[in-house]
Amino acid sequence: MSHFGNPEIIEEEVDILIIGGGMAACGAATEIMRWTGDIGLKIKLVDKAAMARSGAVAMGLSAINTYMGENDPADYVRYVRGDLMGIIREDLVYDVGRHVDSSVHLFEEWGLPIWKQKGNEGKKLTEGGKPVRSGRWQIMINGESYKWIVAEAAKKSLGPANIQEHVFIVRLITDENDPKRVAGAVGFSVRENKIYVYKFKACLLAAGGAVNVYRPRSVGEGIGRAWYPVWNAGSTYAMAAECGAEMTLMENRFVPTRFKDGYGPVGAWFLLFKAKTMNAFGEDYQAKNYGILADNGYDAYAAGPKMGTCLRNHMMIKEMKDGRGPIFIDTPTAMANLAKNMTPEEIKHLEAEAWEDFLDMTIGQCGVWAGENIEPDKEMSEIMPSEPYLLGSHAGCAGLWVSGPGDIPGTPDHYHWGYNRMTTVKGLFTAGDGVGASGHKFSSGSHVEGRIAAKAMVQFVLDNKDWKPRMSRSTKELAEEVYRPVKTFLKYKDYTTAIDVNPRYITPKMYQLRLQKIMDEYVAGISTLYQTNAKMLEIAEKKLEMLREDGGKMRAKDLHELLRAWENYHRMITATAHMKHIQFREESRYPGYYYRTDFMNIDDENWKCFVNSTYNRDTGKWTIKKVPYVQLVKPDDSEPEGIKRPAAKV
Amino acid sequence: MPTFVYMTRCDGCGHCVDICPSDIMHIDKTYRRALNIEPNMCWECYSCVKACPQNAIDCRGYADFAPLGHSVRVLREEEKGTISWKIKFRNGHEKNFVSPITTKPWGEAIPRLADLPPPDEEALNSPLLTYEPEALKVDSGLPTISKDQFKQGVYY
Ligand SMILES: Cc1cc2nc3c(=O)[nH]c(=O)nc-3n(C[C@H](O)[C@H](O)[C@H](O)COP(=O)(O)OP(=O)(O)OC[C@H]3O[C@@H](n4cnc5c(N)ncnc54)[C@H](O)[C@@H]3O)c2cc1C
Repeated sequence: MSHFGNPEIIEEEVDILIIGGGMAACGAATEIMRWTGDIGLKIKLVDKAAMARSGAVAMGLSAINTYMGENDPADYVRYVRGDLMGIIREDLVYDVGRHVDSSVHLFEEWGLPIWKQKGNEGKKLTEGGKPVRSGRWQIMINGESYKWIVAEAAKKSLGPANIQEHVFIVRLITDENDPKRVAGAVGFSVRENKIYVYKFKACLLAAGGAVNVYRPRSVGEGIGRAWYPVWNAGSTYAMAAECGAEMTLMENRFVPTRFKDGYGPVGAWFLLFKAKTMNAFGEDYQAKNYGILADNGYDAYAAGPKMGTCLRNHMMIKEMKDGRGPIFIDTPTAMANLAKNMTPEEIKHLEAEAWEDFLDMTIGQCGVWAGENIEPDKEMSEIMPSEPYLLGSHAGCAGLWVSGPGDIPGTPDHYHWGYNRMTTVKGLFTAGDGVGASGHKFSSGSHVEGRIAAKAMVQFVLDNKDWKPRMSRSTKELAEEVYRPVKTFLKYKDYTTAIDVNPRYITPKMYQLRLQKIMDEYVAGISTLYQTNAKMLEIAEKKLEMLREDGGKMRAKDLHELLRAWENYHRMITATAHMKHIQFREESRYPGYYYRTDFMNIDDENWKCFVNSTYNRDTGKWTIKKVPYVQLVKPDDSEPEGIKRPAAKV
Repeated sequence: MPTFVYMTRCDGCGHCVDICPSDIMHIDKTYRRALNIEPNMCWECYSCVKACPQNAIDCRGYADFAPLGHSVRVLREEEKGTISWKIKFRNGHEKNFVSPITTKPWGEAIPRLADLPPPDEEALNSPLLTYEPEALKVDSGLPTISKDQFKQGVYY
């Protein structure tokens, strides 16, 4: 009989393993059956949670942020590179742009309610129904069940026998003969005492981005109300890194400015309701601080009000630094302006829209408002830049270096090695938050990218039909490693009288707090207002190395804590990558997200390029290098000067 | 707003345990009822609240910043295809909202891949995904970057 100290080992060989059950994985699961249904490849999807509500879309969304419609995908490329300070993989972004609408149209087909303009009600997008746009790329939805609907399609396509929920994948294992090729993965059930070992020809790693790597602004229960969902622990980046995959732009991060404490979204307020922000004295600090962008050459990435999201943060942080906070969002004036020409009925509808925007995707914000008696049409709210998160599909672009589609003319060789969305490790694919240098995909772009990767994986598997995966580690070794925190606990728990304080081990919770303290204080977290320098990074490096060593001493008193232990291990690897990249890039490319105070300028001549890294799990060593950025889409007149500058010579 | 479970309503069915993306809803072995074992890992996504057949779960605002006395309650009615919210302010003020969650009956409007003709080699090797190009609502093929949109020297 299996028990806590002695798990049952389940081994399975499949053709393709999908790790994760979020937007990207659901896209992959739906698409893949089209190409394998008739040839009978074996597919398995593994999610740490239940697909109907797993990932960033668990609670729903109120907008689909990437929909081309009438737009040219080339303009989408321009928008993304403008927001991400000039350095993106334009082949990947274009690829998302040219496919993304097909996913959105499928969502509508499956039942997702998409708002239509007056007179277009009931008319599908594909029938020419005009969506309600909150911005050039965004469309409004009633998205409480967005994930439910997308997961239903994925589950029905794949079939229940090919889905394994509540299994957390811990690591990938390379091939016995080829260290640059993936052959297997190991994980454990969070419900039963079972370890799962999968062998496969190809794998889609789509386990989202990373949260709680940094000390959050809230320190009690409110830790749970991070902007980014607390269950995405950097598994994508950590597992890929440990398998030897090249990462790119891991120095990039996302620091969303949101309603304070509840982290309610501001997108609809800014774009749809046209709300304005101000400092404590009612001043329009954005207008006032526009000039400071020139101090360090940041103005090269601003063209009037068009600028990278980080630069908007920069102007706000200046106010906070100078003691002119808090920053307010003037919701009453926005509502009053909109209501001017409205009937009472329409005003009521407008108010409902404002609340439903939160109820669909950040319910907690409604709780904060209700608790503080704030009615947005009567009282302003504070906004605040959050703690940093790492992700690749929202307004950030950390992630893995992948091959592009290859059929876009002008694609340089180093952007393309055969299979779309394959990493530098043979057989290992990624999508959504996993793909680096291609942000602003959002829910729809992540879904379609999962579909793109799925098709490419099938091609890869068909080209490698006769290849048999053989793992470079034995099952026994892997099982021991995965359950080490359990063994540690059982072995030492009676050594002291209180199980949480014991010199032989560290609890996952303390491990997480230690990581967060290091990252916050030395690697540009909130407590230094996002500032760091070479000396701070040197100290962080030393502390992180010791933290890595102590990773083997985490304990797990039950399966839930085993989950937390491995999540925190993944956070630690992800954090280390982030730190190493920030250390390497000697400029402040993303002011407002983080500052290198010893290199405050944007330095295009030397740094308009990618920074890529690889990690060696056996030696603990990181290798970091510059990789040339190649511009494919011609800059147009509306883009700022920085975009038009030549790339750094690498 | 971490979740909490009403002692008298929960029957220990475990729906919340299955659905929680954060693995924090567990069944207490003594009381045989659900509880939130790690409130500071609760994103307050309401997945469990919505899934509970007994309406036995609610949220109370994160105690480290939300003043007491308010509530945000939800009823997700799958058959009706609606979600209803009742928001109560600390000062007693109330707001109610209802919105649709789907336009189709559940489980029917799903991809029917088996109805499509089996793909040939050419289809497999093209960049087109399932239902494309029709699903893209473009007349033919994938969008391409027109010549004049390319950066000079990159192409043409
Ligand atoms: C707060 C917030 C608001 C957003 N708002 C919008 C919006 O309004 N409009 C929009 O279009 N997009 C929005 N997005 C973006 C969108 O949610 C993401 O782009 C999208 O979910 C990314 O898809 P993904 O599959 O990469 O990750 P996710 O959808 O997050 O999926 C990750 C999956 O991996 C699983 N997983 C994680 N670790 C493991 C492991 N070790 N083993 C097994 N499984 C694992 C998780 O359970 C989950 O299923 C928002 C995102 C956030 C965070």
